[in-house]
Amino acid sequence: MTEAVLATDNRAASTAPAITVERGQRAVFCGLTSIVWLHRKIQDAFFLVVGSRTCAHLLQSAAGVMIFAEPRFATAILQDRDLAGMADCHEELDRVVEELLSRRPEIKTLFLVGSCPSEVIKLDLNNAASRLQSRHSGRVRMVAYSGSGIETTFTQGEDKCLTELVESARAPVNGSQKESPALIIAGTLSDIVEDQFQRLFDELGIGPIAFLPARSGDAMPRAGSNTRVLLAQPYLTETAQALRGQGAKVLNAPFPLGAEGSLLWLKAAADEFGVSDERFEEVTAAPLARARQAVGYQREKLRGKRIAFLPDSQLELSLARFLARECDMNVESITTPFHDPQIMASELALFGEHPDMIEGGDLESRLDHVRALRPDLTVCGMGIANPLEAEGLRSKWSIELIFSPIQGFDQAGDLAGLFSRPLARAAQLEV
Amino acid sequence: MELSLWTYEGPPHVGAIRIANSMRGVHLLLHAPQGDSYADLLFTMIERDNHRPPVTYTTFQARDLGSDTAELVLRSIHAAVEKHKPQVLLVGDSCTAELIQDQPGSLASSSGLSVPVVPVEMLAYSRKENWGAGETFYSLVRGLLQNRVPAPGSEAPPRTNEQPSVNLLGPSSLGFRCRDDVREVTQLLNDMGVRVNVCAPLNASPHDLLRLPEADANVCLYPEIAGPACDWLHRNFKQPTIKTVPIGVGATREFVAEVAKTLGIDHTPDSEASRLPWYSRSVDSTYLTGKRVFVFGDATHTVAAARIAHEELAFEVVGMGTYSREQARSVREAAKELGLEALISDDYLEVERVISELQPELVLGTQMERHIAKRLGVPCAVISTPAHVQDYPARYSPQMGYEGANVIFDSWVHPLMMGLEEHLLAMFRDDFEFNDGAQPSHLAAEGVSTRSEAPAVNDASHGEDDTGASAELTWDLNAERELRKIPFFVRGKAKRNTERFAADNGVNVIKVDTLYEAKAHYSR
Ligand code: SF4
Ligand code: SF4
Repeated sequence: MTEAVLATDNRAASTAPAITVERGQRAVFCGLTSIVWLHRKIQDAFFLVVGSRTCAHLLQSAAGVMIFAEPRFATAILQDRDLAGMADCHEELDRVVEELLSRRPEIKTLFLVGSCPSEVIKLDLNNAASRLQSRHSGRVRMVAYSGSGIETTFTQGEDKCLTELVESARAPVNGSQKESPALIIAGTLSDIVEDQFQRLFDELGIGPIAFLPARSGDAMPRAGSNTRVLLAQPYLTETAQALRGQGAKVLNAPFPLGAEGSLLWLKAAADEFGVSDERFEEVTAAPLARARQAVGYQREKLRGKRIAFLPDSQLELSLARFLARECDMNVESITTPFHDPQIMASELALFGEHPDMIEGGDLESRLDHVRALRPDLTVCGMGIANPLEAEGLRSKWSIELIFSPIQGFDQAGDLAGLFSRPLARAAQLEV
Repeated sequence: MELSLWTYEGPPHVGAIRIANSMRGVHLLLHAPQGDSYADLLFTMIERDNHRPPVTYTTFQARDLGSDTAELVLRSIHAAVEKHKPQVLLVGDSCTAELIQDQPGSLASSSGLSVPVVPVEMLAYSRKENWGAGETFYSLVRGLLQNRVPAPGSEAPPRTNEQPSVNLLGPSSLGFRCRDDVREVTQLLNDMGVRVNVCAPLNASPHDLLRLPEADANVCLYPEIAGPACDWLHRNFKQPTIKTVPIGVGATREFVAEVAKTLGIDHTPDSEASRLPWYSRSVDSTYLTGKRVFVFGDATHTVAAARIAHEELAFEVVGMGTYSREQARSVREAAKELGLEALISDDYLEVERVISELQPELVLGTQMERHIAKRLGVPCAVISTPAHVQDYPARYSPQMGYEGANVIFDSWVHPLMMGLEEHLLAMFRDDFEFNDGAQPSHLAAEGVSTRSEAPAVNDASHGEDDTGASAELTWDLNAERELRKIPFFVRGKAKRNTERFAADNGVNVIKVDTLYEAKAHYSR
């Protein structure tokens, strides 16, 4: 990484390179999957999917071995009787919610999450949420959103969830007019990363700040016309729109991945809040140096290695920018499930044009493309990793990038390490 | 609607993928939204397969619904056939596609494909994974063989091979230890002079299925999956079904006898073939006597495990059940023979409640029960799907046949010994070598802390706190000291019996006398 990064950021984002759209078979999780990290973040919330056995099985498979406690998510599985109209779906849903709430009295927010089946049969969960809300008002807050695979791809589930939280935060809770924060950081981050950012913003004198989602359901921030928003995750198109709708200003910045990304992300806020360059340097110098040092160790292992991205988390472009600019990797191909040119403007400005960049992607042709490229590393969904390994292609599951703390200065080295480990492993194995 | 936290089985179409993935030359076209492609990871991550399952998902989206999803189905079918060149194309709906009623099966059948199409009906809102697997396998067998069914009254074709042969039906991808069971049972049959004609669906091709009628009989190795196909073959090709599932020494001997009888060959079971009988009789197994076990899983493995526990290890089966309503009958019958009522439920919380009430000393179950047991501090061995990646071991570890019995002996007794280690640690933790933080080695990774300050009455057995019994009862100091003197491996039982006795007799404070009165009462 060069010292010229701050200058680079000022370059106009108008030269956004064209991205090819390819349609075809997709192999990406649906938005329900985001429940797996959202329920850990919002600690007094319960996520009730209204769907099929498939939805229940997906959640369980994606959550993997985390079945140690009774989970804070479940599925109301539609049965033949519900579909044949022998049972009234709304009555059934009320019954299931009753059952759930009586067993889990500590739940403060209940998300009703729509799925493909509930949407195809046009079960109106917004309606159900307001009905249930009036019945349980004062005790539980009801929020409905869609995580269905016909509407959302993987991380977009979080976008839908946060959008709904923003929209429903419009009405003041319990009559008390909550102060809207100066800065909202939108997008789930792990607690440790949040705490690091909170310290940095405190030192910069920016505040009060709030995180969206908050750790508890009743602490969700409400934006006002004085509010600025920094997106911590790139998949929040609708959330950003909803926040804008409340008068907030969404700052344009690359995402806080790597030393450079973290610096520019903070800088966007610092500039907006009129923090002096000296103060900014003072606060960021030490963590920036640490981040560069940590990434530097990994760069030695990653330099010149060729990497390809299959579509999965929507973090593809940000990761590619980090790996290319800070780790000296050669990005061969990027496929992202969904591309928002506005949100990605700063990333594109840094990363520049790329001839092999695709939105959507057809599974078979993308796999063939990777086979032809034979990169040193392929970032891909969980179901595809082992088959690629078996073909002698090293892989990195992108879901790990969603679950691990990777944002911010002090995680930059870890982030690079996630990519160097498979390569180191392959180099060491003699069998 | 049914509230579900964890499910024992996936939807029926996952069963269909299991069949496609078991075989060679079969491809499944699944009309499904993108999210349903999570199923890939069951195979590539849990079973560690080195290839994607042979499935093409149509991945329709909301924007397709308004227009023509049928068109999308046809496009996907042609793309899949061109790309994968299967010998047979299975076509089915996922739960969402079932609602939009595109009938992909008939679309495919009438689209002039060069490959045979077998439509499968999935009934996603009333059925589950094992049923889906059984139905898919049956549809394939019938689809491929229905034109070859001999006319009623016609003679069976003469045997092409002098050696008697059977088909092994049911082993499948993501099944429990199927890969190793096939090898073990094949060896067992070969030792009897019986040849395996076709093993299916695991590793079979559609061409192999065409050869099914050449065998003298079908071995229904996993009834959940092979039951409907065996029945159909029996009805149409007059092939008898060998029904004994050879899990455990007794069942393996019966299996050998049934094969011999069905095929009209002489064979006496080899009584030396498994180490289980001798290990079970050897004196250091005495401590296994009467161990209270709870058994839960699919029907096949539950019934087999209960029998082994009772007859071959001299455990006391205190509860058993299955998540499979379709196969509940055999479990109910087996339970009745042990004087129990079977628990038929796919509600994980209900299973957990029953286990914590019964306070078994060993749980034999699925990965779900493994987690329940871990939480309750009870040793556990996995005997059935659903299973986790660690239940697809690298080493040879069948459940069937004589070697399977050896494996079962080891894998059930080992956690009990680990449990003993835990008790030993608890017992000796006041000794100077041990500190309060000492943990049993097998639990160290789970971060379970030893309850360091707990008195003897609370550490004597696990899960006691849940009963509520201890709440009204107190132990006086002398009784508690006396309880501590009782060897740790029976202390839990002594405590339980004493408290039950006290409760039954209206005693609130347990004294030394109460302890011995209870001992006398229960030593009948
Ligand atoms: S894609 Fe649709 S049906 Fe499948 S798991 Fe997701 S929400 Fe459920
Ligand atoms: S760690 Fe202990 S309790 Fe858990 S499965 Fe193994 S033996 Fe059983």
